[in-house]
Amino acid sequence: MLVVGASVGGLTTAESLRRRGFTGRLTLLDAEPRQPYDRPPLSKQVLAGVWPPERVPLRQPETLSALDAEFLLGDPAAGLDVAERTVHTVGGRVLTADVVVVATGLRPRTLPGQAGLAGVHVLRTLDDAMALRADLLRCARLVVVGDGVLGAEIAASARGMGVEVTMVGPQPAPLTSRFGPLVAGVLAELHTERGVDLRPGAAVTGLTERHGRVTGVCLEGGEVLPADVVVVALGGEPVTDWLAHSGLDVDDGLICDSRCRAAEGIYAVGDVARWHHEALGVAVRWENRTNAVEQAVAVAGDILGDDQPYTPVSYFWTDQFDARIHVHGETSPTAEVSIVEGDVAERRFVAAHRRDGGVIGVVGWNMPKQARLRRRELVGASVLVGGKS
Amino acid sequence: MKVTVDQDRCVASGQCVTAAMAVFDQRDEDGVVVLLDPNPSAELAEDVRNAAALCPVMAIMVEE
Ligand SMILES: Cc1cc2nc3c(=O)[nH]c(=O)nc-3n(C[C@H](O)[C@H](O)[C@H](O)COP(=O)(O)OP(=O)(O)OC[C@H]3O[C@@H](n4cnc5c(N)ncnc54)[C@H](O)[C@@H]3O)c2cc1C
Ligand code: SF4
Repeated sequence: MLVVGASVGGLTTAESLRRRGFTGRLTLLDAEPRQPYDRPPLSKQVLAGVWPPERVPLRQPETLSALDAEFLLGDPAAGLDVAERTVHTVGGRVLTADVVVVATGLRPRTLPGQAGLAGVHVLRTLDDAMALRADLLRCARLVVVGDGVLGAEIAASARGMGVEVTMVGPQPAPLTSRFGPLVAGVLAELHTERGVDLRPGAAVTGLTERHGRVTGVCLEGGEVLPADVVVVALGGEPVTDWLAHSGLDVDDGLICDSRCRAAEGIYAVGDVARWHHEALGVAVRWENRTNAVEQAVAVAGDILGDDQPYTPVSYFWTDQFDARIHVHGETSPTAEVSIVEGDVAERRFVAAHRRDGGVIGVVGWNMPKQARLRRRELVGASVLVGGKS
Repeated sequence: MKVTVDQDRCVASGQCVTAAMAVFDQRDEDGVVVLLDPNPSAELAEDVRNAAALCPVMAIMVEE
């Protein structure tokens, strides 16, 4: 078995194969030279300096050696021959396997003119996090371009370091597309109280620079927001360029069936996978830590013959300032939203998102247990993975 | 089997409770994991291993 991408999705696939009794040869290939590490702390504890970088590896070295797998690190896959299930690498390796698992994740989107400009960052890797932290320690003014989960977490961590922060994005409030207007409004209030200057509904047109270092962010209408450091958090693109000549169907992710299978003997896991979710009746691609793990467990089972559709309930969490926010199911900006537990004024509540009367998603704000218990109210929850609630 | 949990790492996802309700719970006030049974019986072993694998912050340690 060959796993391409040895981060949380790829590593969990390998571990699940072993746990399920697979004893054959197992190889994990990754573009990065590091041992597998975790990403969620990068925008939180690592950026804030609460955790040293030594705390982010996904496993202890002895756990990795017990896996009895070969790790080929620092050598990106460059191409895939589907019929032969052979992967060619940039370093000239030729790896053939019975099954190839694609777990190459995402690459952050950038702004035109960003390349090579000092002071402009993205955040996906540990090196990105260390470089951003080093720059924030010497800077006064940060502009975060992007008002999604990652942008909002970076804004919160940077405020905690005493940096002046402006966050710009197209939405009326950060995360409106995930939380709906009511909860996103509470999030905007929280950021404003803590000193983040929010610029909602703003379109970024470019960057200004002086001697190769960024000096500002240009908005439509002509305003320039001054900045010593800029983080571009505009989401990411699935890493599928290495599959371009494989003949596999790629369209904002590697297209898979309900078993997360792209072709005979080729599977996809994690942020890169777009699979047919039978319970929701649509093709989806999810970018979160829990999906990467659950999908890895499911794919390992399917490789070993389970033949089960993968039909999870979506879940992710985000920590910003003192808010621990947990999101279950398919929340939507156009859903009817009501508070079903707790109190918004106390910043402890559960909001239910409904469509046609049925609950499609739940957002918990500092009420994680209560939010989780409402998973069983989600429409179709009984058909989802093992009827778990 | 011996189970330990790291409450400082826990992000209150509740994945462990879903996987093994007899062994894990969450505190009402902040959702942090509570270990109900540090020495689960053999019938629960596979669910507990699953819980440890699903935990998104590796806060559950299992010694066989
Ligand atoms: C800063 C940050 C904070 C996050 N916070 C949260 C959070 O709070 N909650 C949450 O649920 N989710 C969070 N996420 C999302 C979560 O980390 C991802 O969903 C998860 O990492 C996906 O795992 P993956 O294995 O699919 O992809 P990735 O983790 O992206 O791993 C892909 C791997 O493939 C390798 N690779 C890429 N191209 C090649 C190639 N050509 N050949 C070989 N290897 C290659 C990469 O080096 C990488 O190791 C966060 C993400 C980031 C970046
Ligand atoms: S799965 Fe992990 S993070 Fe989630 S509640 Fe259990 S111990 Fe905490």
